[in-house]
Amino acid sequence: MWRLIAGKNQKPLDCHASLAVPWNNKMHSGNITIENITKVEGSAGLEVTVENGQVKDLKFKIQDYRRFYTDAVKGKPFISVPLFLSRICGTCSVAHLFASIKAIEKTQGIEVSEQTKILRRLAYDALMIRDHALHLYFFVLPDVLGIDSILDIPEDHDNPAHILLHDSFDIKKVGSKISEAIIGAVVHAPYPTPGGFIKLPDDSIFPELIEDLEKIRPQVIRGIKFFANWKEEFIRNSDYLALSSNERYAFLEGDVVNSSGRRVGEDNFYDFLRSVVIPYSQAEGYVFSDVHEDYFVGSLARLNFNKDKLNEFTKRDIAKYLDLFPSDNIHHNDLAQAIEILHCVDDAIDILKNLKIKDEKPIRKAPQKGRGVGVVEAPRGILYHMAETDEKGMIVDYDVIVPTSQNQINIENDLKKYFNENIGTKSREELKFDAEKIIRAYDPCMSCATNFLKMEWIDS
Amino acid sequence: MSDKAPNGKKKMAVGWFSFTCCEDSTVLFTELLNENYDEWRKLVNFQHVKALKTDNKLEGLDVAFVEGAISAPSQEKELKEIRANAKYLVAIGSCASTGLPSASRNEFSEDDKTDRIRWYFETFDYGEKVKRLDEVVKVDDYVKGCPMNVDVFLGVLTKYLQKFGLVDKDVTS
Repeated sequence: MWRLIAGKNQKPLDCHASLAVPWNNKMHSGNITIENITKVEGSAGLEVTVENGQVKDLKFKIQDYRRFYTDAVKGKPFISVPLFLSRICGTCSVAHLFASIKAIEKTQGIEVSEQTKILRRLAYDALMIRDHALHLYFFVLPDVLGIDSILDIPEDHDNPAHILLHDSFDIKKVGSKISEAIIGAVVHAPYPTPGGFIKLPDDSIFPELIEDLEKIRPQVIRGIKFFANWKEEFIRNSDYLALSSNERYAFLEGDVVNSSGRRVGEDNFYDFLRSVVIPYSQAEGYVFSDVHEDYFVGSLARLNFNKDKLNEFTKRDIAKYLDLFPSDNIHHNDLAQAIEILHCVDDAIDILKNLKIKDEKPIRKAPQKGRGVGVVEAPRGILYHMAETDEKGMIVDYDVIVPTSQNQINIENDLKKYFNENIGTKSREELKFDAEKIIRAYDPCMSCATNFLKMEWIDS
Repeated sequence: MSDKAPNGKKKMAVGWFSFTCCEDSTVLFTELLNENYDEWRKLVNFQHVKALKTDNKLEGLDVAFVEGAISAPSQEKELKEIRANAKYLVAIGSCASTGLPSASRNEFSEDDKTDRIRWYFETFDYGEKVKRLDEVVKVDDYVKGCPMNVDVFLGVLTKYLQKFGLVDKDVTS
């Protein structure tokens, strides 16, 4: 299944002028190469081989060059590792930071205070608010409007798109402001550390943050309504994987669950999976270890499993949109993200209203040998860090599994289904745009969600 | 959208590019839009910004902001193309300016290179070492930091807006 096709010597034709021509039944064999889907925090491409109107082969290729950070941390003291590994990803930086801290704390047998847990939850709410808003409004909003970019939105203050774009600025700004107040920065935050926080937030700013959150709440709800009204649909009955907790809507704790009802602790997360080497991609893919089937991770998985655990105010104010879940429509991942923004706004308000900061230092212990797993929900899906230390607290082994790798095979199988159902009936422009929209719905990290597709057609 | 700024001059054509890095500076750039979008739209033509648009054009850039280190010959070629099409090129962030932390693999010994690492080196076109931008092309300005220092970035942007006659030196100094 995972093999390179003999496309190396094929020469792309200059056929840009004919991109709008329907790919009719007389022309249903050949290759479609989409170069530079740039970025899942880097770049990606899509290559489709079609024979007799059906997809013969399809490759979603993650082309970002590896930095081998999990090898680079070997031999380093554990304390330095989380902030270094936050550099795996700019937009998911806080997710990597917290997953790494969790894994390291387990290697050292460190149990953190309740205050630390609550502050991490608050910081995570801020991450989700900012990151989801970036994806939804900067990358997906143009898809909904049928334009290339937010830069094409008219500068008319009464235009609904203009209003939504400026909503996004306000929403992102509040997420960033909370991040700066609680963990010291939007990305590569300096305050969190194994055992707690090296600097605690000043709670005198909390009333101002509550006011900011309450101000953006109606704007967030406006976004939910907007994305709920987008009738785009693509369904392939995926399986799902997410964290789930009996206590709350889970981002930072809980068991790992899948749609078959299998439930394991985070330490056994890896047992769930089987890695698949994809020779044309710089990232490994993953399938379930038992049934060898692909799966989806992200907001849609979380909401499908955990919607009853959303904040009570969130559930009260958007009940009719929650009725759409569980859903198998991949484009409902966007709506799920919009809903998660509201949940995080409400959760953050709750925390800020009830939290009084007490002075405490990070918990420190003598270094020890150990192995620890930290699993969290990054904005775009479940994220795994595994650390192993020697008796001096130096890293001897480290592993990371990111959401976009896990979604890679699911993306390919979605696209195969899409192309098989639509080749011959849709124009090349439509095929290209719809494929972009499906990939973007996965929110495969930041700029990867845009700039897709310098699309070239190659005759077989 | 007009290609002219309010003072009648042509807007500054800007590109934003990312190579091997975590794109933390791109995140900060999108955060800067929260406060500056309306003002920058009047002065800047975002001509090549993959984070924002599909329809990008390389030719005729006034300033190229480039984030990330160079990991492969194909990236070197792309960077040289950017340089050839831009009047000025600014290195954004630590990986572009110093190579690190993306260049961590330059320090690997032969023993550190596991079979898995070698497989990637052999399967894809990895360069022998990871390079900072000025090892490949001329760099006109640096915005260091991991992520970039926002105040320095705003200073550099203003400098070029002044150079292209889009903001008054006395007002912005």
